[in-house]
Amino acid sequence: MDVISAERFLLDQMPVRYRALIPTTLKTAYSAVATMVTPPFKLGALLGRIHYIGFRSLLIILLTGAFTGMVLGLQIFFTLSRFGSEAFLGPAVALTLVRELGPVLGALMVTGRAGSALTAELGIMRITEQIDALTVMALSPMRYLVAPSILAGIITFPLMTALFDVVGIFGGYLVGVKLLGLSAGTYFGEMQTFVDMGDVMMGFWKSVSFGVIVTWVCTYKGFHVAHGAEGVARATTQAVVLSSVLILVWDYFLGSVLP
Amino acid sequence: MIKVSGLRKSFHGHAVLNGLDLEVPAGSITIIIGRSGGGKSVFLKHLLGLLRPDSGHIEVDGVDVTRLRGRALDEVRKRYGVVFQGGALFDSMTCRDNVAFPLREKLRLATAEIRTQVDMALERVGLAGIGNKYPEEVSGGMRKRVAIARALVTEPEIVFFDEPTTGLDPVLVNTIHRLILELHRRSKFTAVMVSHEIPEIFEIADRVGMLHQGRIVEQGPPAAIQESANPIVRQFIRGEPDPAA
Repeated sequence: MDVISAERFLLDQMPVRYRALIPTTLKTAYSAVATMVTPPFKLGALLGRIHYIGFRSLLIILLTGAFTGMVLGLQIFFTLSRFGSEAFLGPAVALTLVRELGPVLGALMVTGRAGSALTAELGIMRITEQIDALTVMALSPMRYLVAPSILAGIITFPLMTALFDVVGIFGGYLVGVKLLGLSAGTYFGEMQTFVDMGDVMMGFWKSVSFGVIVTWVCTYKGFHVAHGAEGVARATTQAVVLSSVLILVWDYFLGSVLP
Repeated sequence: MIKVSGLRKSFHGHAVLNGLDLEVPAGSITIIIGRSGGGKSVFLKHLLGLLRPDSGHIEVDGVDVTRLRGRALDEVRKRYGVVFQGGALFDSMTCRDNVAFPLREKLRLATAEIRTQVDMALERVGLAGIGNKYPEEVSGGMRKRVAIARALVTEPEIVFFDEPTTGLDPVLVNTIHRLILELHRRSKFTAVMVSHEIPEIFEIADRVGMLHQGRIVEQGPPAAIQESANPIVRQFIRGEPDPAA
């Protein structure tokens, strides 16, 4: 089955209501990308979104990063100790965090905190006609609301992932070195040996793509809310569930194609 | 002048606009009346280009806006000011910033000029002192007036009002109506208003159109509408209960 016939097959199998969504989704995506790359750029709106998505998610990222690293330190230490390989705790914690858990858990946390809020905010703007107000002022809601959010996602997700990784590695250090008695030199020394730039770049590309997925899904769902408060609640739930599922699916896909 | 001809729109097989014809003379206040759920807001959204008709035309000074897309439609919208039913003020901004927003983003005026114009706009609607409050911190009547100030601050040629007095007490209804009339006398914009407020609207309208089952069943000067022999119009104006209900 070639690519075109595979697409046609998938379209034919798709329920009509979902088929009808494709042009809207693509049209909205096209508008968002077009407003991202053409002036006037809304720097103030972008900074606001970076603050909203990134800065205000710091606490949850620090907390989950630290405890994820501590749990990893504990569990991996006991697993490795069965094989007499405790010395590899540092690289095991670091590789798990940098390649996998940092970007995935970080993205899931931000989806829960900022993604849901993004959908609810845009949804309320939709039902209170604030988005229509922008449109009839001949101003693009895409430029003011959607494009800055997606750009902020692309900028903040890798930074938050890096923070998650660093704090997580320190959490593993606390448990492995301070609690279970591994030497600090072994913990960090083996890490330098086994973690290379390819691992870091895998985490980076994952986090960038998760940034796009989460902000795109959440703004799209909020932007197209209908049916009042109930619609906002439904869209928010759908945005979080869809973002979370897509993160895990895309994570597997990237994990299998990236080196 | 706005000329609407043969406008039709259906949602899921249910006809909301059913061949609507209407003429709005330039510089007039034209008020569309009609029962709730009769398609008034849907009609207004067509005028604003927020909805596209299944068929029919809306001509603004000879330009059919139903055929326009993107920037061409935005060029027409730049001539518009809109007061939404709930105000549609940006709730993350103060009232002052709401009024300043179209000046800053649409007209790209200098900061000092914006400040002057916003002060004047708020003063015109009697809200000189509340600029720094957020929309949620002011009353419903004040929100409506801020929305009017925002709609008129760019001095649009055509202003649309979607039930600007809904939910207000009779005193505020008359206050808002007088304000609209005073601003209209000053700026001479063309106004299209959707309203339920009978009989108050007859004091400010130049023309009234009765929308019923997706069509304008009667249009003309307020006196003619008030004297109409059309039973649908008479029933609505007198507020008589629907015998079928």
